[in-house]
Amino acid sequence: MKKVIMGNHAVSYGVKASEAKVISAYPITPQTHVVELLSEMCANGEIDAEFIKVESEHSAMAACVGASAAGSRAFTATSSQGLLLMHEMLHWAVGARLPIVLANINRAVGPPWSIWTDQNDSLSQRDVGWLQIYVESNQETQDTIPQAFKIAEELQMPVMIVMDAFFLSHTYEIVDLFDKEQVRKFLPPYEPEIKIDVNDPHSFGNLAGPDMYMELRYMIQEAMEKSIDVIKRVDREFEEIFGRKYGLVEAYRCEDAETILVTSGTVASTTRAVIDEMRDEGIKIGALKIRVFRPFPFEEVFEVLSKTEKVAVIDRNISFGGHGIFFQEIKSALYGRTDVPITGYIAGLGGRDITPEVIREIADKALTDKKPERYINWIGVKR
Amino acid sequence: MKQASIPMEEYMGSGHLACQGCGATQAMRFALKALGPQTALVIPACCWAVIDGSFPHSCIQQPIFHTAFETAAVVASGIKAGLKMRGDTETTVMAWAGDGGTFDIGLQALSGAAERNDDIIYVCYDNEAYMNTGIQRSSSTPVGAWTTTTPVTSYKTRPKKNMIDIMAAHAIPYIATASTAYPHDFMRKVAKAKEIKGTKYIQIFAPCPTGWKLSPELSVKMARLAVTSKVYPIVEITENGQKLDVWKDFEPTSVRDYMKPQGRFRHLTDAELEGIEKEVEANWQRLLAKEKLLGSIPGLG
Repeated sequence: MKKVIMGNHAVSYGVKASEAKVISAYPITPQTHVVELLSEMCANGEIDAEFIKVESEHSAMAACVGASAAGSRAFTATSSQGLLLMHEMLHWAVGARLPIVLANINRAVGPPWSIWTDQNDSLSQRDVGWLQIYVESNQETQDTIPQAFKIAEELQMPVMIVMDAFFLSHTYEIVDLFDKEQVRKFLPPYEPEIKIDVNDPHSFGNLAGPDMYMELRYMIQEAMEKSIDVIKRVDREFEEIFGRKYGLVEAYRCEDAETILVTSGTVASTTRAVIDEMRDEGIKIGALKIRVFRPFPFEEVFEVLSKTEKVAVIDRNISFGGHGIFFQEIKSALYGRTDVPITGYIAGLGGRDITPEVIREIADKALTDKKPERYINWIGVKR
Repeated sequence: MKQASIPMEEYMGSGHLACQGCGATQAMRFALKALGPQTALVIPACCWAVIDGSFPHSCIQQPIFHTAFETAAVVASGIKAGLKMRGDTETTVMAWAGDGGTFDIGLQALSGAAERNDDIIYVCYDNEAYMNTGIQRSSSTPVGAWTTTTPVTSYKTRPKKNMIDIMAAHAIPYIATASTAYPHDFMRKVAKAKEIKGTKYIQIFAPCPTGWKLSPELSVKMARLAVTSKVYPIVEITENGQKLDVWKDFEPTSVRDYMKPQGRFRHLTDAELEGIEKEVEANWQRLLAKEKLLGSIPGLG
């Protein structure tokens, strides 16, 4: 069934179709619609789930940790400061190998207070061990939720779905809503091998000395590396049932491109429009969208970017004292294997609009700059 | 104090990593005997995070989920919900935390769970300081006590936080204090809590010989003297926080007899001890007055 819904509600419908059994959340703008609709669905019996209305985001993730350890599919959603407050429990979910799914609506971090989008909240969580998938449309948002549960449960790793505040969360688009039975074929009920069960007792997460701790970390990295193939396969299985696929990255008009702009999130759609315009002008330019950020798809990125002459990365984030975070990752994907020059552009922080003009400005800079003088170029800063 | 028989079954094995005379270890053994095998535990950062044993060993026969310091109550809520959605509504979920994880860092999550009245038993084993990290003061540390962060030249002067009143203000169905010196009473309370739906809070006085600079063989004796000197009253709060029962059926002993064997109070002068004695008596009288007041409200008690 097709329906015009907002991005936030696309998350809710995805969770409903995935038959999450425990939902726990704390409100934060711009995430609130996600859990408002879910609480309504729980209340009217549309979803058979327990909704734990906690007193903080830290507790929201802790409740999911408990529920998931007890063997139930668990979900939460948050943004910005909320995600940062969860930080400790994000680590806990990974270390305990719990397949929790979290939707984070990318919102800038204060101070100063800002409710608008940028990626510094989720990218601050880059190294905790959650898989991170950046979505671009409401359809992709809904579709990625059951994909995320499937990936998470196979790997016993938590997955974060990340979407832009307002540009997606509050924007209405047509979404082909799931048929529950079809999703059931795709995503079977969660049945963990080991869970909290008085008939098969285990001690979870107890003290591990120097003789064991490193092995447990190694297994997490192993799961991350394996996840590239799992994500690809899950995407194929999804396509077989629903006819839609998303991939790890998406290359747009890159085959013969001499310059490639790298983007993520909603900036990707604006960039495609600019690429079309520039192609009409005879400029050989393409765009690469990074959808899956953790695990980082090093090979897929290399495959596309090693064939071009110039790479420009648009980052809606900044690692203070370093560079744009996607830029860093792209650089490490190419390091030592190709000498294609890469330049980083910081734009759109705190919800500043990344318009076609902004992208054109970046593209023009990338085309004229012979070799990058700076790795970090701020676009549109009033100085 | 009503007696209960102590079941022969042991759910806590040997090989735990506790210090000699550890009250928290005694408390766990009795709690599990009272609850039986259909129990799942949540343990945050506290001595019990270590006492349980190092991976892959555990001295407990029930499932235990170890979690971060401030989350015992809410992880228990999550487990209860998760089990329920799997069709298991019978398993008792018990959060088991020290006074640091309860009075301080875990207070928010505990308050949240209590406000929602999530169906869990929360046991705080109260040894009156952060013992796992090496004896630092907590908000449960009593007036006069030495800890590594309240040296004798600057000992604790603020009163112990009144967790029982805080929990009573949440109007949860069951709150009790207990002592390792009275295992029958503690077990009866745990068993009673198991039968009640909603959030149950039990705070057990559990001596820490290491942190109190006390001879380990005096652990149980100190737990008893804390009660009989009225330093640690044994109470039960029911009727959603509206009915208070104070246990008074004991031979009173002196506060000094309780404090004297403990190195943590050794620096106190006569005048200071006198001040503490007065405060203990005042607290006791307040408690009795409250019991009487609540009992006099028609329809309650």
